[in-house]
Amino acid sequence: MPEKRKLLKFVIVGHVDHGKSTLIGRLLFDTNSLPADKINEIKKDAQGNSDLEFAHLLDHFEEERQQDITIDTTQVFFKTKKTDFVIIDAPGHREFIKNMITGATQAEAGILIVDVKEGIKEQTKRHAYFLSLLGIKQLVVVINKMDLVNYKKEKFMKLKQKIERFLNKIGIKPVSYVPVSCLEGENIVLKSKKMKWYKAEPLVKILDKLKNLPSLLFRPLVFPVQDVFKLDSRRLILGRVEAGILRKQDKLKVLPEGKIATLKSIEKYQKNLDKAITGESIALTFEEPIFIERGNILCHPQKEPKVKNRFLASIIWLAGEEFKKEDTLFIRCATQKTSCRIEKIFKKIDSVDLRIIKERDFKIKPLEVAEVLIQTKNPIVIEPFEKLAVLGRFVLERDEEVCAGGIILEKNKLCIYWVYLVFIMIPLVA
Amino acid sequence: MDRLDILENQSIFIIREAFAQFRKVAMLWSVGKDSTTLLWLIRKAFLGKVPFPVIHIDTSYKFKEIYEFRDRLAVEWQLDLRIARNELAIKNGMGPEKSKFNCCMELKTNALKMALEQYGFKALYLAIRRDEHGIRAKERVFSVRDEDFQWDYKNQPPELWEQYKTTIDKQKHIRVHPLLGWREIDIWEYIKRENIPVVSLYFAKGNKRYRSIGCACCCIPIESKADNLDKIIEELKTTSISERSGRAQDKESTFIMQKLRSLGYM
Repeated sequence: MPEKRKLLKFVIVGHVDHGKSTLIGRLLFDTNSLPADKINEIKKDAQGNSDLEFAHLLDHFEEERQQDITIDTTQVFFKTKKTDFVIIDAPGHREFIKNMITGATQAEAGILIVDVKEGIKEQTKRHAYFLSLLGIKQLVVVINKMDLVNYKKEKFMKLKQKIERFLNKIGIKPVSYVPVSCLEGENIVLKSKKMKWYKAEPLVKILDKLKNLPSLLFRPLVFPVQDVFKLDSRRLILGRVEAGILRKQDKLKVLPEGKIATLKSIEKYQKNLDKAITGESIALTFEEPIFIERGNILCHPQKEPKVKNRFLASIIWLAGEEFKKEDTLFIRCATQKTSCRIEKIFKKIDSVDLRIIKERDFKIKPLEVAEVLIQTKNPIVIEPFEKLAVLGRFVLERDEEVCAGGIILEKNKLCIYWVYLVFIMIPLVA
Repeated sequence: MDRLDILENQSIFIIREAFAQFRKVAMLWSVGKDSTTLLWLIRKAFLGKVPFPVIHIDTSYKFKEIYEFRDRLAVEWQLDLRIARNELAIKNGMGPEKSKFNCCMELKTNALKMALEQYGFKALYLAIRRDEHGIRAKERVFSVRDEDFQWDYKNQPPELWEQYKTTIDKQKHIRVHPLLGWREIDIWEYIKRENIPVVSLYFAKGNKRYRSIGCACCCIPIESKADNLDKIIEELKTTSISERSGRAQDKESTFIMQKLRSLGYM
């Protein structure tokens, strides 16, 4: 049996020009992940500049190369002896935050890169905050451009403490802090001889130790229905097992209605299976004639996720135009979709300095984070994000465009709201 | 699950999402290794049936092996094959010697435009991969094209988790990319595991083989002794040459792929 290699996706975030694309170029170059003609292409484009334009490896749009910026997120492959990595590059400009979020939602871990001379900047804070909101708690902090401060320990330590204080506020405890120079390749693959005071491992070794998200195999079954497909005279229920295990003859509950049906067959192309596990895309048939449609969630009775039409959530407003009270929204969670309203805004948070925004108007501005109460038209099947990500994360759409991403919070905050209504507001109004 | 299982299940999920959301869909089949793999995955997603048309954009310059392979598989797999050709441009003698950029535009992009107009598909499946080209690495899984086929790459919609863009204006269409996360070597290892048929041009004859195929006039074979799947996989593990180095349209200038793609090229 060949040794099973680990697969891991991580996203690189941080402020403009702190060196995200250069770090990726350096990782690819120093691990021999680049084809020879790619290296030549970059050398040709650099036109005699002595420094290789590593950033150009990923910044492929004409506009990106001419302005030396990253506009959209990219994914590239690189491998070490132990791991196959997918690196997700994310743009650092404020205008391209939606692209950064797009990249971040695909990742299992993150690298936050900070320029040792510039220190913590606007997007450093915002990106770190968004990663923590989106549930990416596994973070490596890379302090870059150490060559500009003569590889001095004090400079590194001073910035490290500042970053620590900030990350503490948003509940992130980084895996490690690594001083590097992407330009000179110090502490990337090999331990730097210029920073002997740094006793821990170089970046690539640290990346090798990052962990995959925990398996959902032994959690209660979640099977969101994608489609009902007619093959000859049979009706096949198509979908992917998102958590747990499914077995032939299982009794399944069809949420949100709650009808029960018995599984007759679990199928793949030219295969009849006895069971299917988390991650498998399969087709199902049932013993009883039963109406099932896209958006239903199948589960085992007594181990059901919740069915709700009101819940508390944190959202990041991504659309260029602010949210207004009368806006009609759609929520999409797993394969479910229904119209919804934001009933109440509990608080709004500035995504840079984490300050609570004082204006208590019924608006949410671009890139603000808000804790809201969402009321859906039809009941939907959800779980708090911390408990089960696949039923705890969602997008909101307005005028057919994604305008926000969100996660579902535990209900205890909702209780506080009811207490507030019953004991304070209602007596006041009465 | 191993790497190939993960990729397969993920691609089938994407294939089913697009079909569930749009119904009026088609797949672009260049008859190369990637799109033949995609076709295979579509058959697996729908338990042996391809429930929508398969379009082959025929520039008239393809290798004869491609035409033979296409017609054989179309019968074997019972495909609803639609052949898209820009007859007028072909009649007027369009060819790569005039300009590779114009030739790709006329015989590929415009041929596709005509087919889309004729049939009114809302979504097209394409077998592009991120590791083929830096521009393709910037793609979304579901990617919008406007009525002129333009790709607004500076303003792509957010794509969070697996919530793909599914609502579009009437004139627009969506490009669906189920293989975006596959690498070249994954494709070959999967072809081997699943025993998927591929065009013979990929296997070395007289120390040369094609690593990427398209029009006969614009593809250059590479030096290789790899005359079977195991040897191709072994070769890919050690090569330092990139996959599309033998494709003329990538080479005219640094940003030609971006221009072609932003104007609707695949």
